[in-house]
Amino acid sequence: MSRQMLLRVTEVEPLTPLVTRFRFEHPERAALPLFSGGAHVVVEMPDDGVLRRNAYSLISDPYDGSGYEIAVRREDTGRGGSRFMHGQVATGTDLRVSLPLNLFALDPRAKKHVLIAGGIGITPFLAQLRQLERLQQPYELHYAARSQAEAAGLKLLPQTAQVHVHISENGDRMDPGALLEGQPIGTHAYVCGPEGLIAAVMDAGARLGWPPSALHAEAFAAPPPGEAFRVTIGSTGAEIEVGPHQSLLEALEAAEVEVDWSCRGGACGRCETGVRACHGRIEHHDHWLSPEERAAQTKIMPCMSRFRGDRLVLDL
Amino acid sequence: MTKHFNDETFRGDYTYYNSPEAIRRFPFPFDRDSYMYSVNIEQHPGGPAGSPFEYAFDVDEHYVAEMKDRAITLAEDPLRCQSLPHMELAGWDLLELIMEAKARDYPDLFGLHKDGDRWHWINRPLRIDQRFTFLDATTLPYGPMEYITRQAQGDFALLHEREGNLWMDAGMVTSQADWSLDFDVGMNFFEWHAPVPKAKKMGVFDKALKFLLAVQQGQAYRRLNWTMTVNPRLDTSPENYHKWGPEKRTITPQNVGRKQFLRVELQSFWRLPRSNAIVFPIRCYLACLDDLASQPKWGRRLHRVLRDLDPVLVEYKGFAVNRDIIVAHLARYDDGAPTSPGIFPD
Ligand code: FES
Repeated sequence: MSRQMLLRVTEVEPLTPLVTRFRFEHPERAALPLFSGGAHVVVEMPDDGVLRRNAYSLISDPYDGSGYEIAVRREDTGRGGSRFMHGQVATGTDLRVSLPLNLFALDPRAKKHVLIAGGIGITPFLAQLRQLERLQQPYELHYAARSQAEAAGLKLLPQTAQVHVHISENGDRMDPGALLEGQPIGTHAYVCGPEGLIAAVMDAGARLGWPPSALHAEAFAAPPPGEAFRVTIGSTGAEIEVGPHQSLLEALEAAEVEVDWSCRGGACGRCETGVRACHGRIEHHDHWLSPEERAAQTKIMPCMSRFRGDRLVLDL
Repeated sequence: MTKHFNDETFRGDYTYYNSPEAIRRFPFPFDRDSYMYSVNIEQHPGGPAGSPFEYAFDVDEHYVAEMKDRAITLAEDPLRCQSLPHMELAGWDLLELIMEAKARDYPDLFGLHKDGDRWHWINRPLRIDQRFTFLDATTLPYGPMEYITRQAQGDFALLHEREGNLWMDAGMVTSQADWSLDFDVGMNFFEWHAPVPKAKKMGVFDKALKFLLAVQQGQAYRRLNWTMTVNPRLDTSPENYHKWGPEKRTITPQNVGRKQFLRVELQSFWRLPRSNAIVFPIRCYLACLDDLASQPKWGRRLHRVLRDLDPVLVEYKGFAVNRDIIVAHLARYDDGAPTSPGIFPD
């Protein structure tokens, strides 16, 4: 498990009807570890008997240890973490927050950085902007939102010549190809937002002959929903039910079965769990197991992967 | 806490020695009577008081002499310290990590006072008193990585993460076990590990790389690695093989106990906050066979491990020519009694 700190919510500010900014500080005002732009933290939410853990990009200044800030969009269907943040967290609430982890870092070798955000995908760039300002590296940022009212980033972005806002309701649609065209050699592009936007930027980059290593997309994934399923704990024979919007890891935690974890996104390998018997098919959603290991169905990564079938016995 | 620093050399007359306390706290790498290459990783720091695992950056009786030896090596070959331009921020991260750890863990030896970006660093053993501006390299006599690693025992590799891999884009390497920074700088994790036999087949590197990529801030790890060196020499670099390679031929049954050294690397892995780089400090500890055997458990175990070691690994660790002499010498310390589990002496 990654190291956690107990932090206090000190500011809650609605940015739009759906998106709210939260600021966390140490209760004794101790300095928090610094981080790099693009990092996220995992926030632990004790939600009525269910312990939820969601990852959120840090939006505050990476070099300011006085507090961490995140922006959370309320999703009325789905995993419930964002509803908890919106409904039950107020100034003074104490929550457990992990140390920062960066799976979407800037490449310091770039001659210039082009940051492309869609909707709530603006969040990792808010911290990166401050880092780029501090290190005085050339950049431009393009932020696309459907409407003025929904554009949470507007309140948080500096009004400088490098920041471009595209509001589609006003007829200003972002054109990823045009953004990449004519950029100096050695430029890196970063994209975070809906899948369609990521694909459009990647396609445009490939078409214009950009090296793949100069195109970056936020790879961090939340556990996918699916049908409910059951697993059996090998050592005790206990049966555990996994809900449609719950991950296997969350269900194990709720049942107090101990499993190690770190990224909760299928990337770090920490939660790898052996499978004693599998009658059915494991739906692997991680980036950790090799194709051979997946096919063998003798291991599962509970933070991301699900199961479909009669019986799955875990080596726990 | 160490108050005394040895007056000793790691070349020429080789006056290096371990005090009885230094022997007892030696990081003996074998936790059982046999050895196989593995990724044996533990959290760091953390360990018994007085052990080399207790603090982030162990400072022991060899500190001052090792820093002198580093300065000699750098004067002869400045390329032992290199940093690609994009690694300067990681260098500042490392400087902060080491200064804070030393000032916290050894307050009578080191001091750090911060006033915003204006820092004041005191290193009493090396008689350094330095005021500088954090993140402004013009205020230090060297770049940040070189500055701090001239004051910290062990080699340091700074690894940049990109494209799902780690790239050794900066480092200070003057006490390496036969690898070369000048050769490896700019290489990725798989390229610089290429020579390790067997490990590749076992998929060890894929897992090790994935593990390293997942190392987070505030969560450092360590592992021990080992090899054998004739004479207490820190600089066993490929560039200087002509100086130390022939010394392997000077081992005799009479001198092996004092001339053959077990070389243990305490490797640790840290995620750095501002740069998101990983630093990989490789701290080298040396002890001769007879000093190790003064702990009866270690004498027995070292004999069994080296006697039964796979010949491919003997070759890789570079002591094939002297293996028989070493094993014959160690046999006298092995009465066949069972040994207790774990690495610490009884
Ligand atoms: S917690 Fe990282 S892979 Fe599952």
